[in-house]
Amino acid sequence: MATAAPAPKVNYIGLPITEYRGGKSTLCAGCGHNAISERIVDALFEMGVDPERVMKMSGIGCSSKSPAYFLSRSHSFNGVHGRMPAIASGAILANHTMTTIGVSGDGDTASIGMGQFVHMMRRNLPMIYIIENNGVYGLTKGQFSATADLGSKLKTGVVNDLPAIDTCALAIQLGATFVGRSFSGDKKQLLSMLKAAIAHKGTVMLDVISPCVTFNDHEGSTKSYKFMQENDDPINEIGFVPSFEEIAVDYNSGEIFEVEMHDGSNLRLRKLHEGYDPTDKANAVRTLMEAQANGEILTGVFYINTTQPTFIDLLNVVDQPLGTLPESLTRPSKSAFDALMAELK
Amino acid sequence: MATVDPALGEKQGEFVTRARVTNDFSINVATVNGSGSQSANSVLLKSIFGMGVPVSGKNLFPSNIAGQPTWFLIRASKNGYVARKRDSEILVAMNPETAKADVQSLPPGGVVIYEENLDKTLNLAQVRDDVFFYPVPFDKITATICPEVKLRKLVRNMVYVGVVAQLLTIDLDVVESGLHQQFSKKQKVFDMNFGAAKAGFDYAQENLTKRDPFFIERMNKTEGKIIIEGNAACGMGAVFAGVTVIAWYPITPSTSVVEAATGLLKKLRVTPEGKATFAVIQAEDELAAIGMVLGAGWAGARSMTATSGPGMSLMAEFCGLGYYAEIPGVIINVQRTGPSTGMPTRTQQADLLSAAFLSHGDTKHILLLPGSVKECFELTMAAFDLAERFQTPVFVLSDTDMGMNHWMSEPFDYPSKPLDRGKVLTAADIERLGGFARYRDVDGDAIGWRTLPGTKHPKASYFTRGSGHNDAAKYTEDPHEYQAVMDRLARKFDNARKLVPTPVVVKDGTSKIGFLAYGTTDCALAESFDQIKQRYGKDVDYMRLRAYPFAQSVHDFVASHERIYVVEQNRDAQLASLLKLDLPAAEVAKLRSILHYNGLPVDAESITEEFANQEGL
Repeated sequence: MATAAPAPKVNYIGLPITEYRGGKSTLCAGCGHNAISERIVDALFEMGVDPERVMKMSGIGCSSKSPAYFLSRSHSFNGVHGRMPAIASGAILANHTMTTIGVSGDGDTASIGMGQFVHMMRRNLPMIYIIENNGVYGLTKGQFSATADLGSKLKTGVVNDLPAIDTCALAIQLGATFVGRSFSGDKKQLLSMLKAAIAHKGTVMLDVISPCVTFNDHEGSTKSYKFMQENDDPINEIGFVPSFEEIAVDYNSGEIFEVEMHDGSNLRLRKLHEGYDPTDKANAVRTLMEAQANGEILTGVFYINTTQPTFIDLLNVVDQPLGTLPESLTRPSKSAFDALMAELK
Repeated sequence: MATVDPALGEKQGEFVTRARVTNDFSINVATVNGSGSQSANSVLLKSIFGMGVPVSGKNLFPSNIAGQPTWFLIRASKNGYVARKRDSEILVAMNPETAKADVQSLPPGGVVIYEENLDKTLNLAQVRDDVFFYPVPFDKITATICPEVKLRKLVRNMVYVGVVAQLLTIDLDVVESGLHQQFSKKQKVFDMNFGAAKAGFDYAQENLTKRDPFFIERMNKTEGKIIIEGNAACGMGAVFAGVTVIAWYPITPSTSVVEAATGLLKKLRVTPEGKATFAVIQAEDELAAIGMVLGAGWAGARSMTATSGPGMSLMAEFCGLGYYAEIPGVIINVQRTGPSTGMPTRTQQADLLSAAFLSHGDTKHILLLPGSVKECFELTMAAFDLAERFQTPVFVLSDTDMGMNHWMSEPFDYPSKPLDRGKVLTAADIERLGGFARYRDVDGDAIGWRTLPGTKHPKASYFTRGSGHNDAAKYTEDPHEYQAVMDRLARKFDNARKLVPTPVVVKDGTSKIGFLAYGTTDCALAESFDQIKQRYGKDVDYMRLRAYPFAQSVHDFVASHERIYVVEQNRDAQLASLLKLDLPAAEVAKLRSILHYNGLPVDAESITEEFANQEGL
């Protein structure tokens, strides 16, 4: 007699993790991006986010293919190179009730997409913007991107002689309200960061170092697995308790920076760098600039601001999505029309 | 035709005056931009309108904030002609810098109203002896009525309104109601401006002797009519089409489309709780503006942008995405003079080809071509329906002349049909169907069904991409799958011929010669056809185009005529080129072009002369 298969583990909205998976990845085996996709699946599963309430947005590049590899039950938009922020912004304006996850790369963001990136950060529209950062163009076979560190070396021996753009420092300065950096190889840190990101209301910018095993994982690269394993310097340790779980008080409050999130979740950042305050914008930027000057790779949550109004708040739009408002709310009445005509006579 | 007044048909001064000319002339007000002459010109225009005389205004202004020459043409036409008149008979010379050249440009028998000081500084009255000069001490009059020095520059303009009104025999009470309209609710401003107009009127009455033959007489041809700019009409069309997301970047001459729409949205689209049923976002550039439009259209919004030439060029890549991924969006392009930066405040119809095929690859777009302010309203509304019905970007091509000038019009009609939101599946539909393929032609109209993000069904989602895809929206590089989608897109575009606004047959069956045109060219043609009839005794047929792809009736019109004149405002015969791509080879040889592309709105004389030239008349 066959025994009944054990019921699959489900999350708090009753879905198994398989409902959060996507298509089979066509990226290289060992690509950091695949690990990030897995963490996105884990985070949305653990947070109990309804997959139908998620929009996945991306630009062009290896990173931007990855929305096909997670959350098949969500609508997805793979746009044009460097322009994901505009498409995402429009989609959010049409339906601000969704959880929006944008996946971009270092070329897609820091070069061709820089103009849209900076304005996206500035508007603080509610979305999670992830840069899968490998410092190199993969699909065109290995040119440096603008996040490649000064002095890092290509496989061909070419040395990068331009300074790297620090997208985290930039995002903080421009107005993003949740900014962090992680490493695709650090499962625990990345998962906690993503879960906190889902709970945040506003623009979250996460720069995730994600080694390119084909073009940028060799000796001399500063975006390789080995380099990150040796040099990753977390500024804080992220503890996240979602709103539907109970908080156990088991820490020494002096070492913890605690943030109450919009949805009632609790973000607890254990300080690894003495006195680091992630709500101090100027200090966050200075810390990042000093680290870059010293060749250090800081990770963790650098900045968080839970009080800044989002662009949706500023627009003061109705609670329902604009995209599905009925004609009775969007076409003004005949009497309003007649009054306008009378004014023009 | 001018009527003869025996009292004036005699020798006066150094030259013989023309016969009395009533309600059929053009006034050229030459000023410096930034001097606030817009209100004065607007009041003058409304005063002629208030006399019941058909009137139109054209602002010929530089791409500059202040200090450069600008001209405002006001045409009174008892026949209802609203195109630019090639020559203006009456000059209000308020700009010393251009005064001499402006006087030179008048036809013999013209009129000059000018600051009397210019006789000292420029010897203006000596420039020629075949026009009437009316010197007016504008500065002195202004100083008397306006103690505040700062305001004098603005008030000074209203003085010429009074002078012109008196000379043309426009009633002062009509000027007064024009001023009321202009400065509604601002009593103090009204008082100051009416004071200025009256001072000008009184001065003319007491000091100027009417010698010229130009008169405004009361008619009743403006009753019930409205006056509006094309851009305001487009903005109004968007609001009554239920637009929910507008993303834009300021660019002359389209800026006032979004400004007009925003004004109306704030007034008409806020709930009793004070919440907006719309979002207007000023993007960082046109790349972002169109990206937001498509993102919003994808997520269900009625979204639009307004732009002009350079902005449309920047939108090229995204418009290809919109076409291939099949996403609705409305783009209003108020065409200006190109190429490149060109002449930003001048008019042209030179974006037709680039709009039709905007983007790389095999891309084609639906274009709507309004020929009046009323159609700016109607076709903007239609654009939203067509964009959602065909799931594609739709362009409305207006131009500077249409967009930024005042036009008299029949009042618009409140839309009689409900919005067409196109083919969108709900969760219940998907439950019933058991799933769907985003790009599959299940109805034989070459249009697939789409779903919106947030649709509560596990099978509602699909993956939108600009890369190769099959009818289930899956990535593909398979030759058959790729080509099947491209062929369906071609069929879809072809089907649009039947649903886009039909061409207007203005005249047919009277001649072997036919005319084709669109947009503002129409108003000059109406006048040109009368000239052709009067001068050469010829009738011609005329069809006005309102959309691309062209309807079958366009082919029929060409087939039933021996020669077709395509009249348009660009150098390269873009409309004729587009027709050539569409017509059977045997018909192509029938096409001839009449082109106007100097940045000024086309006038009837230019068309008539070129037609006569090509016909050997």
